Parts: sequence; C-alpha cells; structure tokens
Amino acid sequence: MFEGIQRNLSEALKKLRGRGRITEANVRDAMQEVRRALLDADVNYTVANDFVQRVTERSIGQQVLRTLDPSEQIFKIVYDELVALMGPVDTGFHFAKDRPTVIMLCGLQGQGKTTSAGKLALTLRERGRKPMLVAADLQRPAAVDQLKVLGDQIGVTVYSEPPPVSPVDVCRRALDHAKKYLLDTVILDTAGRLHVDEMPMDELRQIDRSCRPDQVFFVCDAMTGQDAVNSAKAFNEALDLNGVILTKMDGDARGGAALSIKSVAQVPIKFIGVGEKLDRLEEFRPEGMAQRILGQGDILSLVEKVASIQQQIGEEERLEQQRKLEKGDFTLDDFRKQFEQMKKMGPMKDLLGSMPGMSEMISEDEDPEKAFTRIQGMIDSMTKEERRNPDVIDINRRRRIAAGSGTEPPEIKQFLAQFTQMREVMRKMSQMSIWERVKMVTGMGQKGAFLPGAKVFNKKGDTGHRKSPKERAKERKNKRKKR
Amino acid sequence: MVFRAIFEKLKVGLSKTRGVFSGFASLFRLRGKVDRNFLAEMEKRLYLADVGVTATFLIIEQVRQSFLNKEIGEDVETFVKQQLKEMLTAGEGISYAANGPTVVMVAGVNGSGKTTSIAKLARRLQQDGKKVLVAACDTYRAAAVEQLTVWSERIGCEIVKNQQGSDPASVAHDACERAKARGFDVLIVDTAGRLHTQKHLMRELEKIHRVVARQIPGAPHEVLLVLDATTGQNAIAQAENFEKAVRCSGIILAKLDGTAKGGAIFAIKQKIDLPVKFVGVGETLDDLEPFDPDSYVEALFA
Repeated sequence: MFEGIQRNLSEALKKLRGRGRITEANVRDAMQEVRRALLDADVNYTVANDFVQRVTERSIGQQVLRTLDPSEQIFKIVYDELVALMGPVDTGFHFAKDRPTVIMLCGLQGQGKTTSAGKLALTLRERGRKPMLVAADLQRPAAVDQLKVLGDQIGVTVYSEPPPVSPVDVCRRALDHAKKYLLDTVILDTAGRLHVDEMPMDELRQIDRSCRPDQVFFVCDAMTGQDAVNSAKAFNEALDLNGVILTKMDGDARGGAALSIKSVAQVPIKFIGVGEKLDRLEEFRPEGMAQRILGQGDILSLVEKVASIQQQIGEEERLEQQRKLEKGDFTLDDFRKQFEQMKKMGPMKDLLGSMPGMSEMISEDEDPEKAFTRIQGMIDSMTKEERRNPDVIDINRRRRIAAGSGTEPPEIKQFLAQFTQMREVMRKMSQMSIWERVKMVTGMGQKGAFLPGAKVFNKKGDTGHRKSPKERAKERKNKRKKR
Repeated sequence: MVFRAIFEKLKVGLSKTRGVFSGFASLFRLRGKVDRNFLAEMEKRLYLADVGVTATFLIIEQVRQSFLNKEIGEDVETFVKQQLKEMLTAGEGISYAANGPTVVMVAGVNGSGKTTSIAKLARRLQQDGKKVLVAACDTYRAAAVEQLTVWSERIGCEIVKNQQGSDPASVAHDACERAKARGFDVLIVDTAGRLHTQKHLMRELEKIHRVVARQIPGAPHEVLLVLDATTGQNAIAQAENFEKAVRCSGIILAKLDGTAKGGAIFAIKQKIDLPVKFVGVGETLDDLEPFDPDSYVEALFA
C-alpha cells in the first residue's frame, strides 16, 4: 500500500523535485492519494476529508527542500499531522489515595473487553498495585467463567456473584469487598452492548453513578470501520470516556478507527492489545499508529531522513550566512532567509530580540507578524540585483518597489537605512570576542527587545537642543574620521 | 415478513444515531441533476457504510456513465439499488449432504460472533427438523467451551467437548464419529477465533478441516466465515485469508443490528465471490436471518 501511495505521489510531484514551492495544484493529486490511504485504513470519511483539507492548507507555500523528493516531504507533513492529532498520550493512571481506584471498561460486543481487563490487571500489578477484577458481564454465557480463568492465570482476585443479580449491584458490592480486603484498584468488566440500545446503555450510566469510576475506558477493535465514530460518540456521551484501548492490533488492520475516535470524540487512545496472551498490552504510540495508518512501509526512516536533511540544510545555510556576515556581504536575500527561519521557530513577538536590529524595524504599535510580512513584501518586490546590492536603489526603484509591496517609498528608504545599519552591526559582531558580543547583545536586549522602536545603534547623545545644519555637518565629519 | 423485521431494526438503530447518517433517505429526493455534488454525496454514503474505495469507485462510475446530467429521480434510485443488488446474491441457506451428516464448519477472527451465530444457526436448523450436534473446538480461549455448553443447553442440542487446552482437531474427530454413529443430520463445528495473520493458527484450522474431511467424505459441506458488520476494510483481508486456508462457502454477517452496515461484503463478493448466507440482527436466538440483498440494499439507503 505504502509503495503504491509513494509511487503515485512521486508521479504527481516529479516536476517539483528540488525547486519551487508546494502549491495547491501540485499538492492536490498527492492529497488524493493520502485520502485514499486513509479511507483504506478505515478512517472515517468525514474525518479523512477534514484531515486532508487541513494538511493541504499547511503544505501549500512550503519550500521544497533540495535533495528531497517532494512526495517524501508531503508525506512527512502528513505523518507529523497524524502524530500531532493522535498524541500526546498519557498512560499513567491517576490513583485515589483514600479509597480503591475504580477503572471501568465498556464497549460493543466482541471487542475484547474481558481479555483487556485481564491484561490491565496484570499491568497494574506490575506497577505495584493490588488489582481486583469484577465480573459485571452477566449477559454473555460463561463470561464470568472466562474472567475467573484469566484471574487464576495471573493470580488476581475476581469478584463475582451467582445469578440472578444485577450488574449494578455486583459492581457496588465489589467496591465494598475491595475496601474490606484492601485491594486498591478495581477493574469493572461490563457486558458488551450496542450504543443504540437504550436499556443497556442506561445500565452503564447506573454503574457509573453508583461506583463513580476514576477512569472509564472504551474498548475498541482495531478492525472497526466507519461505525467507530458512532459508537465512540454514543459511549462518550453516556459515560464521559477517559481513554480507549485499541485491541487486536496484532492483526493487519490499519486501525484508522484510532484517528476517527480521537478526532470525533476527543478521547485519546491509551493502550493497544497486541496478542491473546495476557502480557500483550502495550502503551499507545502515536508514531507507530501514524505509520500504520499510512501503510506498511518504513515511514519512520523516511521521516528521519527528511528531518535530517532539514537540519542539514539549516546548518549549511547558517554557516553560509555566518561566513557572509564576516565578510560584510550579508544581502537582503540572506536577511529574508533568516527571518523565514525565525518564523518557523515560533511567534514573532518572542523572537524579536533574538535577531540584532530586528526590533529597530518594527514600530511599537505594529503587530510584529504584520510588520514582517510587510518587510518580506518589500524584499520580494526587489530585483535580484537590488537585493544583492541595495545601493543601486534610487527613487525610481523605490517607487516601483513600494507599488509592488503596497507600501510608500519613504518606508522603503527607512527600511534600507536600517538594514545597512544592521549589516554593519552584524559585521562588527561577527568579529568581536564572545565577551564583547555578550555585552552587546545584553545591551541590545535592554534597549532593543524590551523597548521596540528604540534606536540601539547610531547613538547620538542627547544635546538638549535641535542641532543646526552646521553642527550636524561637523558631527558627520568626525564620525567619518573615526572609521 | 422477516426482512421487514431486519429493516425495521436497522431503521430504529439509525433513528437513534443522528449526525453521520442523518438525511440518508433524502439522497434520491434531492432536486436537480446528477452532478458532481450528487455523486460526491452518494460516494460519502457508500464510504460511511464501509463499502470501501474500490467498490465505491465502481458504483459511482456506473452511475456517472448512465446518469450524468440527467434529472435525479426514481429511475436513478432504481438503477443504483439494482446495481448494488446485482453485486450481491441471496443467501441460499445450508446445502446438505446427500446422505450422512452434513458438516458445517464455522471460523472467524476473535470476537466476530462465532459462538452466538452457531447457537442461532443450530436453533434455526432444529426448527427445520434437523438433529443438530455441535463440536466445541475452541479449546483455546478461557471458558469458550462453557459458553457453547450454556448455549447448547438453552437450545437443547448435544455437544461434543473436551477440556480447555486439548487438541481442537481431536474434538472435531470425536464429533464426526459421534455424528455418524448417532445419526445426526448436522454437525456444527465451532473453532477458536484467530486473526488471519497468525500463520500457525491458520494451519491449525486447516488441520481441523482435513480431519473432518477424512472422517466424513465430502465434509465440511459448508465453511461459514463469521464477519462482524462493524469491521471495516480488514474484512476483505479476513475473507481472502480464511478462503485460502479452508475454502469458505459463505459468510455470516453478524451484529447488523447496530449502526454499522458491513459494506465490505460488496468488495468480498467482487474479489473472491464469497456470498453472504446469513445475517445476525439481534441478541436473541431467533435473530439469524437468511441474507436478502433487497432489504440489505434498502437498509443501506434507509
């Protein structure tokens, strides 16, 4: 399957290799393949469509990294989104201190509740608890016997009562039993039931009310199809689920239900059952699940590859810029690249101080994000030559750039002046010792980061009166001498 | 009519879960022409019923070719339903051996509903006047033998069993001997649930099949695969693998009384020509019906 998706993706995106940006047109074919893969994996139709829509939007505009197949890059984005959607996972239990902790299992018939109850008991015992199993499935013939056998196998107490008795009463009395015998964790194994049957669902609500479980787990078969959202939603509405145990993961089902349930009911998957033996319960890993939903191929290594290339390119660019800085030929192109990278690092506001001179360019009352877009627009409206050598920009060019970026010519002038200053400072900085650099940065931190709009460089010293043209000319002359 | 009952049950189920399925019936009541929107809407419904990528594509293509830009109306509805019905075949029931006991072997993945389906099937055959014996060959899962024993007591049929952990093939062997010796009409063999990816367990299933075939010529006369209607596209892989191991003759589609539709049966029929014979539509012993494509397709769009 994965190979199939990969091949089709590659076909669709061949022309993109190593250059350009991902655009809506060229991502669409790829996303069709992703959508197909999700539907094949039994991800709910609506969930799959929403997901593809969101990832498409996220992909558009991303630069295609060189040495990387664009399809691989899109795959990485898809994978990341899947992981983000299904994680993070908290498989810790929250135990009550003064009374037995109650864990309740519920779900449709044949999902694996009883087996999961046994597995959970074993896991809890390994974590140092004293668990007790409660046979509250009085519906299925011999379900009580099954739980007793499992309890025997792992040496865990099983509480049951001979029929006729109601599951609600069994659960309530089981709690008393646990308190009496100092068993600190109670696992309620309820009968499987259909989410559309009112009476059995009501019975669950009654158990919920009388036992007040600390955690309610929904047990769901990994092979479940589109219907997973319906049942999960209904159970969640009735009981307010805390987590999902996804069973039968040792089969070859791709388990799209995990994604569906998480997105529709907002209930996290906590554990997965990976075999019939009682020690086959594992903590849920979104990474593994994302890989499985997308297909059987080795996505992890692909993901690592993309990440390492991204890092490598970042590193190369950083070194290149460093070198340029030292030589003083840091261009507007480099500048743009630099804050492109910064954008990826987080909200602009937090980063203003991390780039010297940055705060200079943005006035106090302007939203930094907007300001960056504005500056980006200016740079993008320049020709290659202008970006390399801003000195050629005269008033005519300024007008053209202003028209192209929706700004005013004076703004261009101001920006270029600030850029020249910044380049100078950066050149100096790159030649400074670390100590000097720290001094400078902290100084800038005070003036720049905390007082956006303050003039950090080009300190004039306050003379208390407006200088005459003559005085200014003198000052300029002095400055030139200093250099 | 029994089909009416299934239909009603499905409708009751559906009426309780609004949201995803709401407005299902209104598809053919839409106004306007068969266009992209209509096809997309139809596609959505098929996907939500677990019909799957390939089968959905096929159906949508057929409708596109025949009805694109034509008015939405009854003829579209009739055509679509007809197409879907033709992709399925009616459940023929059990084909009996000419003489001697008829052996029905039942297999499936864990929790699909094998044991319950066997109880229902045994009950049904008894009502047809057959003398039924069941063999408890699920010797693996805890208390599975007890579960079948309880059922056999409830419906009043004989059972052949051994304790948990014994060889399932030997239980099958004993059951065949008993069926021949005591003149039973039908022997239903329950097997342990197994995921179709577990090679050794699939081989064990083949062994049971072989033992039965050696004991009674022509047996097993039926090999029924129990599929859970809530299962998605994995049902296809299940069908393929069980078919490969024990040459299935039909499907029991269990748990059709929920909101799931088990739409994977279209792809299964298409791919390996395995028909659905019975559907499980409830929790009581009488809730097993022969599969009827008409009411199934109606329920799909109901």
